[in-house]
Amino acid sequence: MADEKDRVTTRPEVDERGRSKVQDVDRSLYDFVKSEEGYERYADGLTPDIVRSISAKKDEPDWMLKMRLEALERFHDIDMAPNWGPDTSGLNMDDISTYVSPKTKQARDWNDVPADIKDTFERLGIPQAERDSLAGVGAQYDSEIVYHNMREEVAKQGVVYTTIEDAIHDPQWEPVVRKYFGTLIPMTDHKFAALHYAVWSGGSFVYVPEGVSLDYPLQSYFRLNASGAGQFEHTLIVVEPGANLHFIEGCSAPKYYEANLHAGAVELFVGDGARLRYSTIENWSKNMYNLNTKRARVGADATMEWVSGSFGSHVSYLYPTTILQGDRSVCEYTGITFSGANQDLDTGCKVILNGRDTRASMSAKSISKDGGVNTFRSSVVVGRHADNARCTVSCQSLMLDDISRSDTIPAMDVRNRTASVGHEATIGRISDDTILYLMSRGCSEEEARTMVVNGFANPVSKELPLEYAVEMNNLIKLEMEGAIG
Amino acid sequence: MASELLTISGLSAGTEDKPILHDIDLTVGAGETHVLMGPNGAGKSTLGHVIMGDPVYKVSSGTIAFDGQDVTDLAPDKRSLAGIFLSYQAPVEVPGVPLYSFLRTICQMRPELKTTARKFRQRVGQIMAELDMDESFLTRELNVGFSGGEKKKVEMLQLLLLRPKLAILDETDSGLDVDALSIVSKGIEAYRRDCDGALLMITHNTRILERLNVDRTHVMVRGHLVAEGPASMIDDIDRNGFGTYEDSLAASQGEKVEA
Repeated sequence: MADEKDRVTTRPEVDERGRSKVQDVDRSLYDFVKSEEGYERYADGLTPDIVRSISAKKDEPDWMLKMRLEALERFHDIDMAPNWGPDTSGLNMDDISTYVSPKTKQARDWNDVPADIKDTFERLGIPQAERDSLAGVGAQYDSEIVYHNMREEVAKQGVVYTTIEDAIHDPQWEPVVRKYFGTLIPMTDHKFAALHYAVWSGGSFVYVPEGVSLDYPLQSYFRLNASGAGQFEHTLIVVEPGANLHFIEGCSAPKYYEANLHAGAVELFVGDGARLRYSTIENWSKNMYNLNTKRARVGADATMEWVSGSFGSHVSYLYPTTILQGDRSVCEYTGITFSGANQDLDTGCKVILNGRDTRASMSAKSISKDGGVNTFRSSVVVGRHADNARCTVSCQSLMLDDISRSDTIPAMDVRNRTASVGHEATIGRISDDTILYLMSRGCSEEEARTMVVNGFANPVSKELPLEYAVEMNNLIKLEMEGAIG
Repeated sequence: MASELLTISGLSAGTEDKPILHDIDLTVGAGETHVLMGPNGAGKSTLGHVIMGDPVYKVSSGTIAFDGQDVTDLAPDKRSLAGIFLSYQAPVEVPGVPLYSFLRTICQMRPELKTTARKFRQRVGQIMAELDMDESFLTRELNVGFSGGEKKKVEMLQLLLLRPKLAILDETDSGLDVDALSIVSKGIEAYRRDCDGALLMITHNTRILERLNVDRTHVMVRGHLVAEGPASMIDDIDRNGFGTYEDSLAASQGEKVEA
């Protein structure tokens, strides 16, 4: 946590009707910058040389270098700027450093992490959370993982939680990485997937052996400190049949005037009868282009659960995708997106139901304020053989003023007549009656609005472990501070 | 004579395009029970809302003083903290906010009610028992999916927890079955007994008043307070309706035009 003295309190502006206007949120909890002195920073832009340097630095096997170079070609082949989503013209790849690394080795003890980096994660509460409630933690700072550790008893069960870089140098795990890496999200998926595979660095490799169930979550935290840089971590999780894992990722960055880019990839393989919950609390700063790709393939009788809270970034394109390949597999998605001034967040989810008796239920919420734009996109594809597939999509939007915007764009492609697919969407505002009711019980207008918004978000925060639910409520409180109007 | 708690003087108010209340004078002493009666659409609820500070209504002239303080321009939350409570005809539903945490929040923000979690939990349990409410309500979302009677009970629960100096009950009895009505009556009695607070009952159901010691009765017609008198007025209205009051208002307005 940041010290009180570090926090700058902004006084709300008051308009002619005596109502205060929201200013930029007090983000000082996340908004602190550490010096980059002595860091290894590769030149901006994208050339085969840079890609070769990254690969050489990581001493990668040939197949990986080949993959990177091919991806770079694909990146140049695929056209930029789709015309269907938020504007990305502010993002110029020639100004983005694809690799920035603190000069440090990966540590297993926080005391071995350089002081300013350690301080960053202390402020974000990561070591504390690790002691309290996590089975293992990975912490990435700019392009490299600086800390990775897992409880011994978890390691004893055969669980592997490491970086992909380390895994491909381990003869036992190199074939596993090679088998899965880049198979669920192909480099041709879209331009930024190609970019990702050309310059990826950091991220996590998790392997949960058959039948092993983790009592506590694993967490990776991604911090982007360097201005004008990109973060391209790759998360690869293999949950073997009958195993059970909860994985949490958190992300934040300080605010800069230059654009930052996040183009990570998350590939999740959920074996038969296994269960994986993937929770995200994303709070990138509001100069971030968050072009992240997440995908899961789910085996028979297995369950994939997504819990997603998106608060930050300037522009987001984010649609976690689930392929329900096995019969009777299940996908549940619960997400919330909070969009304020200068934010255009295009989020949603996709599900492809291929197995029989598969079931997907997706529930999304969005809150827009101060001219923020929220677009919820859902895509449901029911395959030809997915007899008795059932899918429901529900989207609820809350608008806090007249200048914000909220759109819902559902797409459905149903190729099996026995499928049942439903969609519902509502857009609402906080009624004056509700505010009056809460105020007449003693809540200030700000408290009343925050209470309503927290209540709206409650179905999502309920799904998070307590500490993260608290963090989410705090984020909402920060966003709502001075939010009267 | 009890000391004055609420003093409304020369109050006119309405929405932006429509005046509703005209030159209202009304005084409620500490601990007194007053009844405000009148035909539908007379402006009774509006008066309740104006006393609470509902921003839908603008005060064009006059003042509202409460407990020695001019509250005419205060926001509803400040009035609530000063000790005014308004129970609504149709309490709103607030999804995602558990009843218990809501109750805890609104009590903890008042220095005089701040207490430990354990004592608070006990107090809530006592009141709920008195109101014949199942404690499973506490984990439910505030008023969401509650029946009319259940919502009124939740209002009574808040009333008894907040212990206001003045409770304005706006048609708290409307739409209730006999059982719910008797529980609401119990709540009102408990408030009178335990909190020694003043009551302003807005109603046209005289049944709920039978078990109360009414100090004063006020009659409102078309936004005017046209009569004030003892409890016995209630029986009179019960028998004869508001016809005579409407006639006399029409007559007095006619005179004014002539004069």
